[in-house]
Amino acid sequence: MTSLANSMRNGPDERGHFGIFGGRYVAETLMPLILDLEQAYEAAKADPEFAAEIAHLNKHYTGRPSPLYFAERLTEHLGGAKIYFKRDELNHTGSHKINNCLGQILLAKRMGKTRIIAETGAGQHGVATATVCARFGLPCVVYMGATDVERQKPNVFRMKLLGAEIVPVTAGAGTLKDAMNEALRDWVTNVDDTYYLIGTAAGPHPYPEMVRDFQSVIGAETREQMLEAEGRLPDALVAAVGGGSNAIGLFHPFLDDDGVKIYGVEAGGRGLEGEEHCASLTAGKPGVLHGNRTYLLQDDDGQILEGHSISAGLDYPGIGPEHSWLKEIGRVNYVPIMDDEALEAFQLLTKVEGIIPALEPAHALAHVMKLAPTMSKDQIIVMNLCGRGDKDVFTVGNMLGFDL
Amino acid sequence: MTETRIDRRFKACADQERPALVTFITAGDPDLETSQAILNALPAAGADVIELGMPFSDPMAEGIPIQLATQRALAAGQTMEKTFQMVRRFREQDQDTPIILMGYYNPIYVRDPKKFVVDAREAGVDGLIVVDIPPEADDELCIPAVEAGVNFIRLATPTTDEKRLPAVLANTSGFVYYVSVTGITGSSNLNATDVSAAVARIKSHTDLPVAVGFGVKTADDAAAIGKNADGVVVGSVLVNAIRDSLDDAGKATDNTVAAVTDLVASLAGGVARARGA
Repeated sequence: MTSLANSMRNGPDERGHFGIFGGRYVAETLMPLILDLEQAYEAAKADPEFAAEIAHLNKHYTGRPSPLYFAERLTEHLGGAKIYFKRDELNHTGSHKINNCLGQILLAKRMGKTRIIAETGAGQHGVATATVCARFGLPCVVYMGATDVERQKPNVFRMKLLGAEIVPVTAGAGTLKDAMNEALRDWVTNVDDTYYLIGTAAGPHPYPEMVRDFQSVIGAETREQMLEAEGRLPDALVAAVGGGSNAIGLFHPFLDDDGVKIYGVEAGGRGLEGEEHCASLTAGKPGVLHGNRTYLLQDDDGQILEGHSISAGLDYPGIGPEHSWLKEIGRVNYVPIMDDEALEAFQLLTKVEGIIPALEPAHALAHVMKLAPTMSKDQIIVMNLCGRGDKDVFTVGNMLGFDL
Repeated sequence: MTETRIDRRFKACADQERPALVTFITAGDPDLETSQAILNALPAAGADVIELGMPFSDPMAEGIPIQLATQRALAAGQTMEKTFQMVRRFREQDQDTPIILMGYYNPIYVRDPKKFVVDAREAGVDGLIVVDIPPEADDELCIPAVEAGVNFIRLATPTTDEKRLPAVLANTSGFVYYVSVTGITGSSNLNATDVSAAVARIKSHTDLPVAVGFGVKTADDAAAIGKNADGVVVGSVLVNAIRDSLDDAGKATDNTVAAVTDLVASLAGGVARARGA
């Protein structure tokens, strides 16, 4: 681990470990595929043509760079640090998920794969995957927990319009982890033609590294835009963590900047005392699931628990392995935000800035609401506004007793 | 390693010029007491080797039959400690039939792998099959298992090519489990000719017995696969037999144990005639 002593940005090691986290814990049938994928990704990374293709699509298809927006009214309202939003909710498809999907579909094409599978919880990753599959003319199968299919109908219809086949998963509680199990079962069955497009910075190596790299465009742009706007780096970064891909994308380019405090915001659900939350880092413990070692919500016998969050996008009992490592070394502070706090933040941003955020970044915003007033007016917070809230208006309407 | 129960049992079957019948059930399915009764009855019904599934909430390599068996066991309150207890009770009546615990890494990891293998050995476990820990991570579980005197049985699959096979075989002992299809347990596209070629390929790299599983459903399948393989593994049809014997509330009935043992007896007939003309 000596190579990591100088920088926190060199991970993972060649076996895919961030400290003790990460790795490759998959069935033997998948091992050769994972090793192929790693080789293909290493080759693509070394090819300037690959970076150029991504940059072109980011600009002309997604609409990058996304703006770094100074939220003047919110700053005034909270009466502390200056608040900037990295507006990845303005991306094509409405969230940061497209950044990763474009990178991976280009890789799938380079590998000669002809069929794409994905898992989705809230449906944002499913929509982004279906979108890039439509764009590149590849068939797409999306596994989605039956419970989520029911509560995310607009996204289900969107994916169908885009030509994807949606497979509802009834195993377990029918949420994201069950969808991921089923996608793995598909992959292990269709090993020759199928590419598994994982939606977050988790899973077996090289996925956590690869997804982080594709999402790091968020942090790299933020750095440049912040230097241009303020002539210095921010004092704090805040992002929501479910699996943790938008957060690692913002954080990673800043990990070595000592003066930048970093906060990852977990879904505290209805509170950490019971089992109705998704705060794997705050209330879970290390384990092995879905190909990597990481913090997991589990019981004493190693059975994985179902999480709960008002936000389907944070409703996952695990977390990307790099976050587990960043927690252990103390570089990032992970804090829980409860359902009702997120709901309050959702409404505040809508009223004060005219931006309807997704419930995921509403969790991050709820922490900004606590943090900003404790900081001085010449300090700066950047929050990743990673998704827009159109998909959540029905959920929020229900919670607020509004008949839609 | 010194000779284990698994080594002795495969030798005994080879001496009888037939493959070993390896039977899988999930520990605690449909409830602890019935599962114990099934386990205890397996050897007399014709099982040579027993795989006992350690239920896990997220069985990624299993088809629907074993997923459901797992859910039944967990719903009935099965834990790792109860699984060890089942093995201890089985050993009170049977000192010769090997028991292999099969499952996923997390329930082992949270107990501490080094402690787990010692506890398993003391309970009377002979081998381990852990689906989601590849040879690249042998130092975590495989090596401690071997040091504790527990065989670590690896899966080889149709995607395990010549280059990779030596790594898969390196620390394997007891036998090699060849997964007959790319896919999940209970698959339906078993091809005896392909399997036979794959078994021959593995045997060119090792002297260990090779057992074949994933997709063996009938006595005829067992006979066909067992022509060249040293063992035939049957699982999904057995847990389906348990499921089909339950009452409307999902509880065990008077027929549950017999549903499994009758099927095992029939499969044993299949392996008995595997090498016949």
